[in-house]
Amino acid sequence: MASAGSDDPGQQPGAPVAVEDHAAQAADDAALVATTPDLIADSLGEYTRIWFRRVRSGESGVLPVVLGLIAIVVYFQIRSPLFLSAGNLVNLITQAAFIVTFGMAEVFVLLLGEIDLSVGYNAALGAVVTLWILSGAHPPPWWVGVIGGLAFCAAYAGLEGLIITWLRLPSFVVTLAGYLGGFGLLLAFIDMAAPNSGGTIRMNSSVLNAIEGGSMSPTASWIVMIAAVAVAGLFMALRDINRRRHKLAAPPITVTVLKIAAMAVAGIAVVLISNTNRGVGFSVVEGVPWVVLVILGLLVVWTILLNRTRFGRYVYAIGGNAEAARRAGVNLSRIRIAAFMLCGLTAGVSGIIYSSNLSGMSSNFQGGQYVLYAVAAAVIGGVSLFGGRGRMLGAVLGGLVVGVIYNGLQLLGLGAAAQNIWTAGVLLAAVTVDALARRSSTTS
Amino acid sequence: MQGPDASAALLQLRGIGKSFGPVHALTNVNLDIPAGQVTALVGDNGAGKTTLIKCIAGIWEPSGGEIRWDGHPVHIRSPKDATALGIATVYQDLALCDNLDIVQNMMLGHETLKFGLLDEISMEKTARQTLKDLAVTTVRSVRQTVGSLSGGQRQSVAVAKAVMLEARLVIMDEPTAALGVSQTELVLSLITRLASRGHAVVVVSHNLNDVFRVADRIAVLYLGQLAAEGPATDFDPQSVVEIMTTGRSSRNGNGSEPAVSRGMNGLEG
Repeated sequence: MASAGSDDPGQQPGAPVAVEDHAAQAADDAALVATTPDLIADSLGEYTRIWFRRVRSGESGVLPVVLGLIAIVVYFQIRSPLFLSAGNLVNLITQAAFIVTFGMAEVFVLLLGEIDLSVGYNAALGAVVTLWILSGAHPPPWWVGVIGGLAFCAAYAGLEGLIITWLRLPSFVVTLAGYLGGFGLLLAFIDMAAPNSGGTIRMNSSVLNAIEGGSMSPTASWIVMIAAVAVAGLFMALRDINRRRHKLAAPPITVTVLKIAAMAVAGIAVVLISNTNRGVGFSVVEGVPWVVLVILGLLVVWTILLNRTRFGRYVYAIGGNAEAARRAGVNLSRIRIAAFMLCGLTAGVSGIIYSSNLSGMSSNFQGGQYVLYAVAAAVIGGVSLFGGRGRMLGAVLGGLVVGVIYNGLQLLGLGAAAQNIWTAGVLLAAVTVDALARRSSTTS
Repeated sequence: MQGPDASAALLQLRGIGKSFGPVHALTNVNLDIPAGQVTALVGDNGAGKTTLIKCIAGIWEPSGGEIRWDGHPVHIRSPKDATALGIATVYQDLALCDNLDIVQNMMLGHETLKFGLLDEISMEKTARQTLKDLAVTTVRSVRQTVGSLSGGQRQSVAVAKAVMLEARLVIMDEPTAALGVSQTELVLSLITRLASRGHAVVVVSHNLNDVFRVADRIAVLYLGQLAAEGPATDFDPQSVVEIMTTGRSSRNGNGSEPAVSRGMNGLEG
């Protein structure tokens, strides 16, 4: 009788417990690396310890880009004392603003593991539509033009997304077509909107011109900064308190306080510098440029959308494992098309910022180059080209890096050659960090 | 271990067949899956194990036969239908997002909202409670990314995700393939716990050691037919291997074999 006497399934219970203890020990190391230190550290010391381990293993979040930004700023300040002057810094912010927003636009599609090569010309088209609506003898209010332009951009990118999901074509090719078609449309639109103008359309709206050209009053700058830091700090503190109340792990109080302090320091620095008079001669120019408020607003709204809503969660899930998302009941096509539309919408904001800086839009717009800057900004900021990893804040910081390089080299009297070579080096370094992080995070 | 009366089985397959063109992947399969027990589905490659579980999970619709759930005939036409009934399938590839943490993976597609925003606190509590109920204690934090977990832990998360959706039947496809010794122990103990909590569990496996460790009942498929089926105590590894490879056992007259003949008879009805 060879029945299963020796392998009786009834004699199990005891064994697994010991094994689990053993496995728990083994899993500890991996856990320390993979968890955000926020949620398992009990003290500042442990937080720092876990944080260092993560950095060593490549899971460092926005740290590399922050360090890179500081290093580049220090370098330029040593080479040219003018770099950190009020006039130049505000100039830098207005120069970098449209690249920052381009980078933010690209985040939506990069997170899906897709790419949008058409954001540049899409943005230019949106700007032309806005200016077109606002042209003429009796133009409607400025916001009608903005809504029209942004709606056009969202529709243009949404059409690309529709083709990509419907026909299952690679986004690279579809948006390449969108890029070429966009350039053609830009020439046609400008010709129609402003015939015989030599390929430029002027911006008539003083409100839109003020985005890049105008500043908040010094008092308003302080109020906005203090309010922003206070609200952000309050939310972070409330989140921790709420988690503790429900007996869930929360970051150590010191860490949260340090984060809020860092935000406050950065805010105070920006306002202090911007509030210094940077006018030439007798004219007084001071205050934080309006564009900072536009970018801050976009950053907050898009971060909430990506981190705190179902849509955002699904974007990350699709980028991580589309099949898993599909099996979980996520409508992949809907999320993909919506992400493309949001990418186009954000690009539209970028186009309006660009045309605000130029007081118009020209057919000489370098749509191809700006797309590559947009992708570079996002990747430098830690957004993975392979999808599923990255944050909005990263794209903002990455866009600042691109802007700082551009501005700093200009200040040193170096031209496009040096600027592109520098950007290339930084981009390469950023992609390497991303690849290393990916490799170390998927060893299990 | 004696199973309850067959009429009380949670899932009853009656004469299930599945053809792909001229190929008959499954022919007239009659099988009862009772709640609270682990049913192991074994068979050689191409015996129809995967086809059978895909028919139950709604990936494919059977070409013939009847599926009864709780005694009522049901039509499972899509994975959604299966989920709605309370059938959860954990595939070999697990379908987890490496970039998301354990809570995010477990709640994917079933997020709870508060004021239109994700309610992380309630989701984390639900996920933790489920893991605790299943005694999955090896993860240090439910906020670590799934990409950092070991194979057994990933399997545990996938199972916990299935169970959390109030699954009454959990189908696991090769849960211990590609796992080391200690990780296999982890998953096997999880399987027994699932059954003791009242879930019906179907385990598809090649590994007869694992099968005899956890299975209450064993069903052997051979060339798309159910060659034998019965309580695990009626089988031993040699007899199972024999049925898997030849479709029948040579040990007729042995006291432990009536299950085999019963299974063969079942083919007629």
